[in-house]
Amino acid sequence: MSVPQYRKVAALALVAGLGLSLTACSTKSDDGGTDAAGKVTITVDCQPVAAQKELLDNWNADVAEFQKQNPDIVIKSISVGQQCNNPPDFTARLAGGTTTDVFYGYMTDLQQVLDSGQAMDITSYVSKDTVATWDSVDPALKEVFTDGGKLYGVPVKNYSMGLVYNKTLFRKAGLDVDNPPKTWPEVRAAAKKISATDKSVAGYAEYSAGNTGGWHFTSLLYSQGGRVLSEDGKKAAFNTAEGKQVLQNLKDMRYGDDSMGSRQLLQWGDLLTNAAAGKVGMFIGAPDTTQAIVSQFKGRFEDWAVAPLPGQTDLAKTTLGGGEGYFFKKDLTKEQVEAGLKWIAYQKLTPGKGQFDYVRAKPQNYPVGLPQPLLFAPGSEAQKQEVELRKANANVPIENFQLFEDKQLPIVGEPRDAQAIYAILDSAMSGVLTDPNANIDTLLKTAEEKVDQLLAAGS
Amino acid sequence: MALLTAPAPAPVAEAGVLKKRRKLHDDLTGHGFLIGAVICFAVFMWYPMIRGLVMSFQRTRRGVTTWVGWDNYVRIIDDPSFWIAWRNTFTFTGLALVLGFALPFVVAIVLNEFRHAKGYLRILVYLPVMLPPASALYLFKFYAYDPSEAGLFNALLTAVGLPTSEWMQSPAMTMPAMVIASTWMNMGGAVLIYLAALQNIPGELYEAAELDGAGILKRIWHVTVPQTRLILALLAMMQIVATMQLFIEPLILANGAGTQDSATSVAYLIYQHGFFQNDLNGAAALGVIMLVVLAAFSAIYLRLSTRGDS
Repeated sequence: MSVPQYRKVAALALVAGLGLSLTACSTKSDDGGTDAAGKVTITVDCQPVAAQKELLDNWNADVAEFQKQNPDIVIKSISVGQQCNNPPDFTARLAGGTTTDVFYGYMTDLQQVLDSGQAMDITSYVSKDTVATWDSVDPALKEVFTDGGKLYGVPVKNYSMGLVYNKTLFRKAGLDVDNPPKTWPEVRAAAKKISATDKSVAGYAEYSAGNTGGWHFTSLLYSQGGRVLSEDGKKAAFNTAEGKQVLQNLKDMRYGDDSMGSRQLLQWGDLLTNAAAGKVGMFIGAPDTTQAIVSQFKGRFEDWAVAPLPGQTDLAKTTLGGGEGYFFKKDLTKEQVEAGLKWIAYQKLTPGKGQFDYVRAKPQNYPVGLPQPLLFAPGSEAQKQEVELRKANANVPIENFQLFEDKQLPIVGEPRDAQAIYAILDSAMSGVLTDPNANIDTLLKTAEEKVDQLLAAGS
Repeated sequence: MALLTAPAPAPVAEAGVLKKRRKLHDDLTGHGFLIGAVICFAVFMWYPMIRGLVMSFQRTRRGVTTWVGWDNYVRIIDDPSFWIAWRNTFTFTGLALVLGFALPFVVAIVLNEFRHAKGYLRILVYLPVMLPPASALYLFKFYAYDPSEAGLFNALLTAVGLPTSEWMQSPAMTMPAMVIASTWMNMGGAVLIYLAALQNIPGELYEAAELDGAGILKRIWHVTVPQTRLILALLAMMQIVATMQLFIEPLILANGAGTQDSATSVAYLIYQHGFFQNDLNGAAALGVIMLVVLAAFSAIYLRLSTRGDS
């Protein structure tokens, strides 16, 4: 072989090697998900991690039972971490096309999922024939997963924000646990009292990093009646009196009263760690935040109660709602989509089964009795069954959530491009919480410019 | 002449074939060894670089990718955080050069003077390098930079009667705090390299300088620095390229952007666009800009240092 010929061979080998290695990286199913015996296989993510032992056991038991009932379906469970959707990991999976066949996402992920081109239009597949409780699912939640009249995901959980407060710290500060603050001035007064009792405790705590600051800014803004974006979703709409009030309230508590603790730039786990350690009097969150405090951060259920979200002069005008669901990967076969829907219907949308198997959950270290999820429309058949089962098997003091459940505030969903906007709004939140001289007008103006630019680029 | 030279071609041709075969054999062996490295570089370095460059001129929406020319670059440069990120990155690089480059050199010189416990001291200096960066930074975040008076640094400041700082929560202190943590984490490696270079300096040079009446500072300036000039230059270059890629410090110490973008670096902004703002194309454009800046800097630096040598 001459040298030039050899070079050709070497080049071919190199190309073949590269091709092989790239093929090895690909996760595309090559059998259409159906084997010779006619069994349909689907991969599903958000399986609990090993550290969540009871949840993992429950999931595996559900898979075993489901497969027994449906011998022609094989569920391959994939765990993607405790949080299921850590935004950077989720983005990487979408960009790399390595999501599972049926994949978990937040309600705010729809645009990103659509832009990645990874989601399938499942409109024609979803009905009460494929998901028995479909007609009971809250239409507002279906709407969140709909774009241009097409359905791209199935909602499986949702939340709305309230005021989470520590009853033990309330009592210590001489506050009435049955009459928590209804307005932001009352929150401020209560926070001041709590911090005055113990300087190491933040009377009220708030996020300002890792996108959680922007998330909570949005919630606080909704409580004032404001909105993040204009009606048409093309402009920022938070640089208003309501937006300024949100930041002013926080600044007053942080620097006027010194009732928010000295450590700021908190994100999700930071605040909940402090809360579990008894160092936070109040914060805003969904009822299941108490679950995280107890199961992940070793707090105690009996310490915590949830009330409706306060507003500036009365209870909040609206509250932020969000949640999660499952998307279906593009190019699945009809059989795979049907199998995926069957699984979600079984594990996520059937009272008494899967996530609603309260009899199984009652003796476990996970709460039953939280007023959440509000997946089924009020008055629907599935909702009645779910509430009945929940109350009959409650293992947490449900009276601690009664105020929240009794006063359901109008829910407003998260804005379009929520995560990107939250990242920008973090800066406004960190500004008022770390700089006594922060100029609220400037903070909001800068954030407004950035959001407008982001929206213009995305349109 | 023709008769005389006629028998010669056979052995020459044979030798030629043998030579070719040997060359081919050598080539095959050489390229065989190379192929693994080439594949690794191609798959994990060149392909992503080219893909990044291509992506920076595209936009993907609804699963459809279109060519958009310089749009992504314009958008990225218009981002209000763009110039802040560059300013922060250059500030960090500058401060890291002052502290992170000079301090290891001084420490190496001091360590080199010790006659006893050399091994222990070197291990002590190198120990932080062995800590995973995330662990080291969390130590700083929760213990050293705690903004309350319970924080290690604040306790020290209080002990000597100085005012305390909010460290990572103070826009003015964010950069110095990140440089301190970064220097502490990374200094060990540079100290070891300097130590090796220092030990190669012939002792006679110091003796001669001493005989000429040079004090310690003059000996360092006239003997140590010129003798370690190449190593100094190389480490300066590596230090600048590494610090320009500032990422993990803001991510952990400042939970990302820090107070009002005070910790946002260019690399963090790339991450922010790519993984939080659904803007992989913008992130790719910023990555290309950063590559160009670093390449330009390296080229200028190499040109200057080569000129200095000649």
